[in-house]
Amino acid sequence: MTYFVIIISAIFVNNVVLSQFLGICPFLGVSKKTDTAVGMSGAIVFVITLATLVTWLVQNYILNPLGLEFLQTISFILVIASLVQMVEIILKKISPALYQALGIFLPLITTNCAVLGVAILVIQKDFNLMQSIVFAFSTAIGYGLALTLFAGLREHLDLVNVPKGMKGVPIALITAGILSLAFMGFANLV
Amino acid sequence: MNQWKNFTKGFLKENPVFVLLLGMCPTLGVTTSAINGMGMGLATAFVLIMSNMVISLIKNFIPDKVRIPAFIVVIASFVTIVQMVMQAYVPALYKQLGLFIPLIVVNCIILGRAEAFASKNSVLSSIIDGIGIGLGFTLALVILGSVREILGSGSIFDYKFVAENTKTILLFVMPPGAFIALGYLIALVNKIKKSV
Repeated sequence: MTYFVIIISAIFVNNVVLSQFLGICPFLGVSKKTDTAVGMSGAIVFVITLATLVTWLVQNYILNPLGLEFLQTISFILVIASLVQMVEIILKKISPALYQALGIFLPLITTNCAVLGVAILVIQKDFNLMQSIVFAFSTAIGYGLALTLFAGLREHLDLVNVPKGMKGVPIALITAGILSLAFMGFANLV
Repeated sequence: MNQWKNFTKGFLKENPVFVLLLGMCPTLGVTTSAINGMGMGLATAFVLIMSNMVISLIKNFIPDKVRIPAFIVVIASFVTIVQMVMQAYVPALYKQLGLFIPLIVVNCIILGRAEAFASKNSVLSSIIDGIGIGLGFTLALVILGSVREILGSGSIFDYKFVAENTKTILLFVMPPGAFIALGYLIALVNKIKKSV
């Protein structure tokens, strides 16, 4: 698979939120304002790319040679959890400004299934290291795109007159459905 | 707490999907049919019951600072067991649910119950809590799966009740249908909760 195909299909065709349903909790939780959505997207791009790099190395240089594939789930989640913690500590020290922007989102990301999901997906798809990083990065960009678009839509939803029973989460989910419908238009792109 | 109340709260009052909005990824991702929803729900319920039990047993030995990683290790061990058992006995279902089985580890319902309930209550209450919430989750997944299967493929639990070439609303077995069906179901549950 060429890199171009990987990028386009990860961002648009198989969008991580809208067609694979990974990371729905933050998608619904932090999408009320556009600027928090952008901050969250930045944190996610950073963590997914880094986590995929590290878990790929763990899988191919530790688990596979030792025949410990069954430890995949446990080791990946521990690696991701400690990685997020480490990023938080380092960021606090070297770039307080960036920490201010991303800091509050970082602890949330450990339990974001998109991170573990992408880490497992690249192993299942048998990608090499470079392909894995490109795939992880573009998946995260797709996540950020969906999150930011959705936050923009939700800001408008606050202003319109929604039927009482549909206020809040129900109308947000239906909006997400329509957004997902729009993304289905990319289906035959690659 | 009254054990019966503890058991039934997961079905409506504190239903993890419809009311607390937790565990949305598998909820939306696997419910293309009622069977898939049930398989996913039961797998999650098993992990939830076992991890609730173990965590309430060992709660006094875990130092407070490392409790979250400790919980995650317990949960991940049970997920690995479920993965292996399903791969051996129901390989077709395992393949259908795919990525979402290992992702039970990061299902917020399980870690949430561990943190909010099992680490503070007795073993028996924790097991009952696990069964209640687990079955509530399964119920929600079966309902959503049935709605999508009926509208999307004109069948229920793989039993087809429309003629072979009938056109069904295919949208509902595709990703957008998941969001839309869940949106309407949550609105409906809000309405029911108000009238109870």
